[in-house]
Amino acid sequence: MRKSTRFILFTTVLILLIVLIAVHARHSQAVSINDRRERDELVRTLRLTDLCLFTEARYTRNPAMADRFAPFQDHPLAMEHFPSGSLVRPPSGNAAK
Amino acid sequence: MNASLHRHSNILDFALSSLLRRKSKNISLLVVYTLIVFVIASLIFFVQALKREAAQLLSEAPDVTVQRMVAGRHDLIPAGYGEQISGIRGVASVTPRLWGYYYDKFFGGNYTLLVPEKKLVEPGNIMIGQGVARSRKIKDGDQMVLVTSRNAFLPLTVRGIYPSSSELVSSDLIVLSAEDFQAMFNLPAGQATDLAVAVANPREQVTVAAKIAELFPDTRPILKSEILRTYDSLFEWRGGMMVVILATAVLSFIIFAWDKATGLSAEERKEIGILKSIGWETSDVLLLKFWEGIVISLSAFLVGFVLAYGHVFFYSAALFEPALKGWSVIYPQFRLVPVIDAYQLSILFFLTVLPYTTATIIPAWLAATVPPDAAMRS
Amino acid sequence: MIELTNVTKTFNADKHNRFTAVDDISLTINPGLLTILKGPSGSGKTTLLALIGCMARPSSGRIRLHGIRTSFFSDADGGSFLDITSLPERFLTEIRRTTFGFIFQQFNLVKGISALENIMLPAYPTGEGQAVFRQRALELMELFSVSRHAASPVDWLSGGELQRVAIARALINNPDIIIADEPTAHLDSKLSSEFMEMVGTLKAQGKTILIASHDPLVYDSELADAVVGMRDGRITGIRGAP
Repeated sequence: MRKSTRFILFTTVLILLIVLIAVHARHSQAVSINDRRERDELVRTLRLTDLCLFTEARYTRNPAMADRFAPFQDHPLAMEHFPSGSLVRPPSGNAAK
Repeated sequence: MNASLHRHSNILDFALSSLLRRKSKNISLLVVYTLIVFVIASLIFFVQALKREAAQLLSEAPDVTVQRMVAGRHDLIPAGYGEQISGIRGVASVTPRLWGYYYDKFFGGNYTLLVPEKKLVEPGNIMIGQGVARSRKIKDGDQMVLVTSRNAFLPLTVRGIYPSSSELVSSDLIVLSAEDFQAMFNLPAGQATDLAVAVANPREQVTVAAKIAELFPDTRPILKSEILRTYDSLFEWRGGMMVVILATAVLSFIIFAWDKATGLSAEERKEIGILKSIGWETSDVLLLKFWEGIVISLSAFLVGFVLAYGHVFFYSAALFEPALKGWSVIYPQFRLVPVIDAYQLSILFFLTVLPYTTATIIPAWLAATVPPDAAMRS
Repeated sequence: MIELTNVTKTFNADKHNRFTAVDDISLTINPGLLTILKGPSGSGKTTLLALIGCMARPSSGRIRLHGIRTSFFSDADGGSFLDITSLPERFLTEIRRTTFGFIFQQFNLVKGISALENIMLPAYPTGEGQAVFRQRALELMELFSVSRHAASPVDWLSGGELQRVAIARALINNPDIIIADEPTAHLDSKLSSEFMEMVGTLKAQGKTILIASHDPLVYDSELADAVVGMRDGRITGIRGAP
């Protein structure tokens, strides 16, 4: 088989895979509706406000609830010492104020 | 039409032949390039999926959450505040929330203890998240012991584990009865962690929050829109997580293109001279270089894309775990719903294919325009 | 037939190191014959070959090709001619590809790829199907007895085998005119006479052959129909058919 034919075949297979992926994504989204309803119910019942992504410290576990000073709880000039703290920004400005 | 197709496939043949001649160099180039695409594509898939989850889930969060601040720190809030707040026009209901953190000395890890508004478990029983179950290796019906604030042991029986599809919000949760919560934390009477306020009309949320802040200057009302914004900024491109990875990737792309763009070796130049002398036009030589660039960059993109999708949606983005986990002991297993952001992925496509292919063609341009009789003279 | 009229080629015309390689040459190359350009190095042979072979354009003068066939010009009856002096690059390349086959002094084969691929290379950009010219290439290898090296990288071949691969490559597009620049410069006597034998075969096939050489084995050969002496860019004398 010619090299160029082989390459075209290789590329075609991958593109087909990507098409399959698109189909899978569409399918998964449709299938997840039930799960979504359960989760929404959970959030509503328990009145949750944050995703459970970083469980290291309280201001990383509940970034939406965190106040500006939580990362510097020991001292105003204390350095950030939780790794995920560098990923989580303090909440943006308070609309009420 | 046919002739054009033949021309392309013939020249592609030679391009592949040329690439295979420097096999090890080009294979390592391909591998590294694929890796970069893999990382960025994984990031795009991961972040977009999380973003969508966050937006959907948190649209069910309380409209306004009222916290009390003392000396700049989050403190307990008297339930009495709630009574006054429910008198504000537009407020549908006020629910005191009881929740707190518990650090497990023996197994490590932070749990979130929470009392639901409507009683879900009897005293002595709890519902836990998958992360807790994994960390302590317990299942439904088992017993686990927590240490109260007064250093007493509190045995609790697991009555249910939240499904893995909800791990993103429930992974570290322990839902318990109000009595057990009190036994654990011994809060003074009439105090809550914060208040969840429901506002009938979404457009009045801001006004209600302002009124609450006026009524109780020591409180901090948090709007649902602010919650969503916090997570938006977490996942957006300018956020900490993204900038670091993106900067690394862009740097790598530049390094690749640079290596190509800094010109051809003498051998490559000579080869182009030979091609010109046997009848290849300048456009044929450039087409050759075009295909050389496309073979590498397109393959890297396609393979990286497919692997990234599998990585994020079938292996719950396992490779990002070290970066995201940090010191956490409880870490959710991401069972994300696939989201394909065509816009960002097409940007990635152009970033992957265009600069590299251009950087392969342009240095060859000069060599390709050499007059064909130069080969005769050398 | 190739007709050159007052052809001059000057390099670096507007610089201080201007150099006239070919000076006012008028010459006719007749079809189906073997013409030799004889002269020492620096006499302008290589430049003249480049001009005739549509690789370079003359600074002044005219070059006309008779009896050639390309996609844009056909001279079936031999009455008209094509003046290539001021043809655009694109057409020049097309003529070069279809009408001429080149054999270089250094062979100029591409290292690292097989002999077969080297032979097929000139045909790649022509738009012809690979199956077709691959067959032709194999037949040529058969003709020149190098078939067993088809898949071998050219780096492995001996001098004589390389020479034959170079000749096969020159023939892949079925050119009417073969041009060779000092083909025996790096060959011993045995290989040189083998080369002249192959030239004889090509001549018998009706091809027009033009060789530049200062090797007596070439210009004293019986096969030569015309020997054009050159020195300092000028013709010093023509022996044989004009």
